[in-house]
Amino acid sequence: MKQRIGVYICHCGGNISDYVDVEQLSKLIANEDNVVISKDVMFACSDSNQKEMIQDIQEKQLDAIVVASCSPKLHTHTFRNVALRAGINPYNYVQVNVREQCSWAHSDTPLDATVKAYGLVRAGINRVAYSEALENIEIEAQKAVAVIGAGVAGMRAAIELARLGNSVYLIEKEEQVGGRVAQSGKLFMTGEDGKTLTQRLLNEVKSLSQINLFTKATLEKVSGSIGNFTIDVNVDGNLLKLNVGAVLVTTGFDFYQPTKNEYGFGQTQRVITLQEFNQLIENNTTELIIEGRPVKNIAYIYCVGNRQSKGPNRYCSRFCCTAAIHSSVRVHERFNGVKAFHFYRDIRTYGKQELLYRQSSLNGDVYLKFEEKEPPIIEVENGYPVVKVKDYLTSKKEIALKADLVVLVTGMVARSDSNQISEKLKIPIGNDKFFNEIHPKLRPVETVINGVYIGGACQGPKNISESVQSALAGVAKINALLQKGKIALEPIVARVNAEACLWCGKCAEVCEYDAIKPLEMNGKMVAQVNIATCKGCGICAPVCPSDAIEIAEYSNQGIESMIAGFAAEAEIKQSETQHEEETEPTHVGMKEYPEEWNKILSCFNGEPLTIPQISDKSALAKELITYHLMTMNRYGIVEPAGLNDDESYNMYKPKKQ
Amino acid sequence: MKTEGYAPKILVFSTDKISDPGIDQAGLRKLHYSPKVYVISLPCSSGVKPRWIMKAFEEGFDGVFIAADGHECSYSPKCAEYTNNIIVEAQRLMKERNINTKRIRMAAICSVCAEPFVNHMGTFSKILSELGSVKNEIASNS
Repeated sequence: MKQRIGVYICHCGGNISDYVDVEQLSKLIANEDNVVISKDVMFACSDSNQKEMIQDIQEKQLDAIVVASCSPKLHTHTFRNVALRAGINPYNYVQVNVREQCSWAHSDTPLDATVKAYGLVRAGINRVAYSEALENIEIEAQKAVAVIGAGVAGMRAAIELARLGNSVYLIEKEEQVGGRVAQSGKLFMTGEDGKTLTQRLLNEVKSLSQINLFTKATLEKVSGSIGNFTIDVNVDGNLLKLNVGAVLVTTGFDFYQPTKNEYGFGQTQRVITLQEFNQLIENNTTELIIEGRPVKNIAYIYCVGNRQSKGPNRYCSRFCCTAAIHSSVRVHERFNGVKAFHFYRDIRTYGKQELLYRQSSLNGDVYLKFEEKEPPIIEVENGYPVVKVKDYLTSKKEIALKADLVVLVTGMVARSDSNQISEKLKIPIGNDKFFNEIHPKLRPVETVINGVYIGGACQGPKNISESVQSALAGVAKINALLQKGKIALEPIVARVNAEACLWCGKCAEVCEYDAIKPLEMNGKMVAQVNIATCKGCGICAPVCPSDAIEIAEYSNQGIESMIAGFAAEAEIKQSETQHEEETEPTHVGMKEYPEEWNKILSCFNGEPLTIPQISDKSALAKELITYHLMTMNRYGIVEPAGLNDDESYNMYKPKKQ
Repeated sequence: MKTEGYAPKILVFSTDKISDPGIDQAGLRKLHYSPKVYVISLPCSSGVKPRWIMKAFEEGFDGVFIAADGHECSYSPKCAEYTNNIIVEAQRLMKERNINTKRIRMAAICSVCAEPFVNHMGTFSKILSELGSVKNEIASNS
């Protein structure tokens, strides 16, 4: 148990101390057991305070620290590094959120906010007292990568991984590489043929000795974990064992296949999918011909099999509006006298793809809008499809169009074999059947399985450019992971109390990562955790009937002591320095200004200055000066002084006290 | 058992990556909720131990709220089911102690669910105010 704890309570310039009586809090905390030093500081994260903390830790021989400031999401690593630089274990530090979850959330009741802050800091002290010195887990890593799927995304990723010095095993299920793109005609925006593009990539793949390409190859079995996976691959009947440090999955997608009679599909040869239509364009040179007759009227029906509010495919496939309009523009380029009618729900030719939509409009294409609740109805008359629809752009006027050809603009669906890949690699599949990333915005190419990444359209609908971008993001992550030959993993993993464990297997049943296996120890079976595959989620802990498993940093003692800390009460006095929200602060809660404020003030010599001028004089970043000036202005230390001569910047000057 | 003007104390179990950012955002936007709400952040809502919930009641928390990841959980597609199992087990333990099972609630809170979180806290506080102090409940039942 830690007995020399340092506590730092941050004013955050006023973001905290405007509502929480930080000075009173700091004094109360100083009297707590095991607290050697308690300080209130203007900006805990500032360089000057970090230096002071290091000095305190070393001089007063602190064995743990608590920082009560902003959300742990912002500065956990900052203060772990402070601990490390001061010579104590980074995990003997606890961050307490007294800003987002206290001063800001309760700015309407400052006294209550201070009472709550006391409980929060007490909980932090209790937790850090039970904190353990944890060491990062370091494992050896193979500088080899398996890329599953040799479409555009997979080949592009393999090339970059090889150029960065990694061995690459490029595994393709089909006999030919190139995936869907190899089957495409001219591509927007480059105008390059899909086959030419994929052939160019294949030539590059073949020219790099670090890439081993296996076609007609399927995954049989995957074992091991990050840094050291063993992958059994069946290459045209021969079994190969590959040893890799990471896996990138770029298996792509399937096109949605319309069901029988969906928009007349299957009732006549004149209702086809966009992919079939593109093939038709390629196969005809002077005139579009179907069933021996020229095609003059084409009806495109959008969102087929996608954006189903009640069906399984609720998403938009992103690429299909552009693909259909691109095909329409190409038809106009190659064949004369063809009219195009686009039956759409919404046109999503985002970004530069909008240029195609403009071109299509200039070509005289007609756009008719329908809603999902009233989709077009296709009736077949004398072998020709007739499209009947209520056009929402003309007050739902009923329109009937006899078409020579109906093109169903179908979107993407997850590959039919994605379940097999998921089972072997243990990567989760979402409700939409595509592979799931950890976080769509923050960790878009990582999966919950350490060392397994996803790129391209196997993760969800993407166009070629977006697929390559995401695959290259995976390359960057993998290369950063493997380049040192060793991988450091966070030590927040499950651990088993072997004495208490009776091996019932319940922990292993709920573990998604196969991280728990039985092991014979001293004549009995106990649970053993593979620390390289354990994600530290803690799902195994509550299901253990003998309470024999827990996650480091989330021990019973740690959590229960926190709960007791929250419940602690102290006599908090109403502070004169606290104010209700919307009132102006009346004083500065610190005896001295922070270092940055003094630097800013020293720049002034009687004349008002702009932020860039202060930045030049103080060598502080403009963003930092802006941040501090806002607070200094609020405290009446500086004041606005109008615009500069060319009216490009606001000016500031010290306020006379 | 109703207590006029009584502000119940609530312990929230949130999750680092999903619900805690939503709760942070409530503060960032100064969407006020009861200052008697305290939060412990864990990796996953399926990792809450029923004994921690019972500890909260012992320490005088009037209610426990699990801000679950639900379908957004990046650890397990069965997260909602597992978290629900924890609630069921906690309710069994609560019944043994004659603690009203309405004192525990669970709802999915996402990373931008600031307003839903504040609404949940308001509703839960109201329910707990009706129930009164857990300390009185435990004392009267023992």
